[in-house]
Amino acid sequence: MNPSEIDAIVERYEGKESAILAILQDIQAKEKYLPKEALEHLGQRLQIPLNKIYRIATFYRAFSLTPRGRHEIHVCLGTACHVRGAQRIVDQVTMELRVRPGETTKDRNFTLGTVNCLGVCAAGPIIAIDGEYFGNMSPIKVEGVLKKFQPGQSDKKEASNGKN
Amino acid sequence: MERISSPQALDQYRSEIIQKRDPDQPCITVCTGTGCHASGCHQVVEAFKKVLSDHPEGRRVNLRMTGCHGFCEKGPLVVLHPNKILYQKVKPENCQEIFEETILKGKIIESLLYAHPATGQKITHEDDVPFYKRQMRIIFGNNGSIDPTSIDDYIAVGGYRALPKALLTMSPEAIIQEVKEANLRGRGGGGFPAGVKWESCRKAHGETKYVICNADEGDPGAYMDRSLLEGNPHSVLEGMIIGAYGIGAHEGYVYVRNEYPLAVINIGIAIQQARERGLLGKDILGSGFDFDVRISRGGGAFVCGESSALVASVAGDVGEPRAKHIHLVESGLRDRPTNLNNVETWANVPVIILNGAKWYARIGTEGSKGTKIFSLVGKVNNTGLVEVPMGITLREIVYDIGGGIPGRKRFKAVQTGGPSGGCIPESLIDLPVDFDRLTEAGSMMGSGGMIVMDESTCMVDVAKYFMNFLKDESCGKCTSCREGTKRMHEILTDISEGRGTIDQINLLEELGWATAEASLCQLGGTAPNPVLSTLRYFRNEYEEHILNKRCSAKVCRSLLKYRVLSEVCKMCGACAKACPSEAISGKRKTKKVEGIPFTIDSEKCIRCGMCFESCKFDAIEVQ
Repeated sequence: MNPSEIDAIVERYEGKESAILAILQDIQAKEKYLPKEALEHLGQRLQIPLNKIYRIATFYRAFSLTPRGRHEIHVCLGTACHVRGAQRIVDQVTMELRVRPGETTKDRNFTLGTVNCLGVCAAGPIIAIDGEYFGNMSPIKVEGVLKKFQPGQSDKKEASNGKN
Repeated sequence: MERISSPQALDQYRSEIIQKRDPDQPCITVCTGTGCHASGCHQVVEAFKKVLSDHPEGRRVNLRMTGCHGFCEKGPLVVLHPNKILYQKVKPENCQEIFEETILKGKIIESLLYAHPATGQKITHEDDVPFYKRQMRIIFGNNGSIDPTSIDDYIAVGGYRALPKALLTMSPEAIIQEVKEANLRGRGGGGFPAGVKWESCRKAHGETKYVICNADEGDPGAYMDRSLLEGNPHSVLEGMIIGAYGIGAHEGYVYVRNEYPLAVINIGIAIQQARERGLLGKDILGSGFDFDVRISRGGGAFVCGESSALVASVAGDVGEPRAKHIHLVESGLRDRPTNLNNVETWANVPVIILNGAKWYARIGTEGSKGTKIFSLVGKVNNTGLVEVPMGITLREIVYDIGGGIPGRKRFKAVQTGGPSGGCIPESLIDLPVDFDRLTEAGSMMGSGGMIVMDESTCMVDVAKYFMNFLKDESCGKCTSCREGTKRMHEILTDISEGRGTIDQINLLEELGWATAEASLCQLGGTAPNPVLSTLRYFRNEYEEHILNKRCSAKVCRSLLKYRVLSEVCKMCGACAKACPSEAISGKRKTKKVEGIPFTIDSEKCIRCGMCFESCKFDAIEVQ
């Protein structure tokens, strides 16, 4: 992310320090994480110490300081999903991809995350991958869902989306 | 777009919208709330668009994407107006038939109707479905009929009628009095009387005051605020404007979770439209009152639902709570008097102002007036959002509206109040649900999550689940909360993995007491509730885990044993194929080969349950 893009985001919030959460969210939305250089530039631009930015970036769950995979998996661990066996879904994804929650696969294809509630309790247990929901999951369905996002598959998928 | 500058102009505008609309025009509404989104409503919308554009008669049909109807279990939901025919679990391939048969010929498609689970009887109209029939949808009702991105839709159903009444015919004091008389209590969890809070904020010193809408719905298993903000954002805005007028605030914020992207978009559109129409901004409806609202997006921290933490987060700081002896109504956002209410509370305001406190106070119980929206989820047939009058019993909610427990399993408990709440056992199922009764039973109303649990839910596991959540979400400021939740989680883990001792139960109670007493905010103050309430009603389950090393709900993995019932085994080999740890051996039976029943090596077994999942013949036994 180049400095001028960051400046443009800061301008959107009239250069206000109090908008820092929103600014970081916008950087995260674009880069999928908060690159160190971006934070350094932001500190200079807003004239606030870097440690203050890190304090916020590490407090809120929404931010990541490490690069994310191409596809973001969110397994819902809300109460409704939990009582329907969500932990077993996490375990299954961990087993299939060999990553624990918070980690990214070696090929940088997937980042596995858990969320406290997606608010789609009726369809639980639920997985969201890149914002697409897969409801009524069971451990046995995990492999099939992940397959759709494996490198070869997702290229095909993107190509067909392009046609539509 | 033209500004509406007086109540008369608003009435005029409303009648123009209504006149332009033909009440008999066929209208297809598709629920596009997040629940239906997950079950594929957008493909259904696309299919309807295609069907309507391909057919010459399609032009006279209105297609509307609405917010959440509440009956998420049966989504995607389609309701055909004006007759309100409800089709459930609609697929894109049904759209052609719906248009040709029902819209054009008036014929009902039986296979898409809702069937009563007990009698199997098909029900045609939305209002006759038991799930809706027992509800009282004064706040949530318009969700199913309006397009949330259209201010005209909201105005057409009578929206923004309370606003001119409040701004031009009532004094700020009269508004506060009305809300006090209605005894509107905060719907976010605490149940504090909104009118009292407003009055304190009005009386607080300072020119600049703020109102904030708390839409940081962090309780797992609760999504009513999301659905209101997504499905009827103008009702929340209208409530905020009226409240701001009563309090004397000219700036407002909606603090909304960034994990709710559609809610962020829809409230943003609503604010923009209200500004364009002059319902936000300077001199609203010619009353001389100025007010505007901004959106502040949360960063995914549960503690930010706590009011002082939320205010810190709006100001761009980390969301750490502060001591409560300084009230927010005196010194909140930027040290100015600040009034904070949650989404559902704000949405109640226009209803109270329009119909009057007397009307409102007739609904509910002595101490809790009005209705409450619950998210009825977990082990229940009809999961979804339900709005019921306060005082209805748990039994009515779970059985009459929720349709009971699936799979003939036995009801065990209802968890209410999110991570700060507790579990209510079967013996209290006739408990009338209101703020005070739930607190007496050791739980709380909270924001309205209602998670139904059956015999296959382990209460030790539930307590462990919430404690895990709380230890992650504790902001860490108070040692008692930061360490207390962590230690309680460790003990619960020990118990669920068969290492627990009876003494640990006492230690849990002691830790729980200390955590609650010594923590600054209500996250720590209520953190032991899930443990204490399960200990109160389900102590036997704790003892079973500790003494017998058994989890009869078959949830705690370390205590389970899997075994193949050789007399039932059909020797298909599905379990061995599914087993990730190669713990299952045997020989697959084919036409040519005599098979050998499969067996599980308990040494190698990692108790993942995949064999149990994969067996179609119920030949895997779990002990």
